[in-house]
Amino acid sequence: MSSTVRYLQEVFGLLEEYEFRGQRQVVVPREKLFELLKFLKETCGFDMLVDVTCVDYLTYPCPPRWGRFGLVYNLLATETGERLIVRTFCDVETAVVPSVVPLWEAANWLEREVWDMFGIRFEGHPDLRRILLPEEFTDHPLRKDYPLQGKGERHNLPVITRAEG
Amino acid sequence: MALAGLPNNVLITKLEALVNWCRKNSLWPMPFATACCGIELMALGASRYDVARFGAEVFRFSPRQCDLMIVAGRVVMKMMPVLQRIWQQMHEPKWCISMGACASTGGVFDTYSVVQGIDRFIPVDIYVPGCPPRPEQLIQAILDLQAKIEREGTLFGREFDDPRRNLPPWALVEEPGNRPPPLESK
Repeated sequence: MSSTVRYLQEVFGLLEEYEFRGQRQVVVPREKLFELLKFLKETCGFDMLVDVTCVDYLTYPCPPRWGRFGLVYNLLATETGERLIVRTFCDVETAVVPSVVPLWEAANWLEREVWDMFGIRFEGHPDLRRILLPEEFTDHPLRKDYPLQGKGERHNLPVITRAEG
Repeated sequence: MALAGLPNNVLITKLEALVNWCRKNSLWPMPFATACCGIELMALGASRYDVARFGAEVFRFSPRQCDLMIVAGRVVMKMMPVLQRIWQQMHEPKWCISMGACASTGGVFDTYSVVQGIDRFIPVDIYVPGCPPRPEQLIQAILDLQAKIEREGTLFGREFDDPRRNLPPWALVEEPGNRPPPLESK
C-alpha cells in the first residue's frame, strides 16, 4: 500500500497523505482528481466506490487551506479488502469537479446528492438533477451559511381547508 | 299520538343521530405512517390493544375507502403535497387525527424541510401528544373523535360550514381567555 501511495505522490503531486486509525487518506489537487481515480480503479484494483460525500469547512475552527468544501471519495478494493479515502477541495467559485460516473456507475446518485446538498457541480454527469429535495428548491441546505430553519420553504405550501374538501 | 301504538321493539330517534351513531362506530382509518409513530399505530391495530373494540380496525391503504386519516410521524415539505392529495381523495365526511409531536408541531425537527405542524396545511380534528404516543392515547383520541362526531355530526356533513372551523389553532393566535363559546351540542 505504501508503495502505491509513494507512486501517487510522485505522479499526481499529492497535497497531503496520512493515516488515521488505520485509514489511509490522500488529498489531491482538483485538476488531478479524475486522473488519479482512474489510475486507482484501473491499475490498483479499487473497483468499488463506496461513497462520495462532502464537508463544508466554513465555520471549522482550523479550516483547510485548499478550499471551503472537502469532497471525499471512499474507495474499496474488493480483491484485497483495502480501503483508500481520496479527498479534494474546492471553493464556491470553483465548485466544479469532473464526474466519476464513467469510472463507477455508483457515483451517479451519490454525486446528485452532493449537488443537491452542497451545490457542487459535477462536469460530465449524465443527469445532474436534485435527488432528495423537491425540484423547485433553489438552495443547497447543507452549506453552513444556509440557515438551519430554512428560508421559508417549509411554509410556502398551499393550505387546504374544510371548505375546499 | 300515533307513536302510542308502536310495539316494544321499535325505537324512535332523529335520522341524524342514527347516522352519527353509525359513522362513529365504523371509522375506517387511513394510516399515513411516516415515522416511529407508525409502529405504535400498528400496535393499536394488533391484538393487544385491539382497536376493533372501537370499530376502527379496518385500515385501508386506499384513501377512497377511508374516512379517518391518522397522520403518524413527521411530514416534510416534499411529502406535504402527497398528504394533501390523499386528503382530497378521501370522501366526505372525513376526519383527521394528528398523531404525535412531529405531526402536530414538527417536534424536535425544527429544520428547513420539516413542516411545523400539519394543521398549517390541512384540517385536523384531534391532536395526540407524545413522542410517540402510547396506543392507549390513540384509543382515547378515537373515543374523543367519536364523541365529537356524535355531538356535531350532520347528515350531509354541513357541520364543516361553520366559519369557526376554519380558524387557525387557538394556541397560535389567541389567549385561552378570549376563546369563543364552544359549538352548541344538539
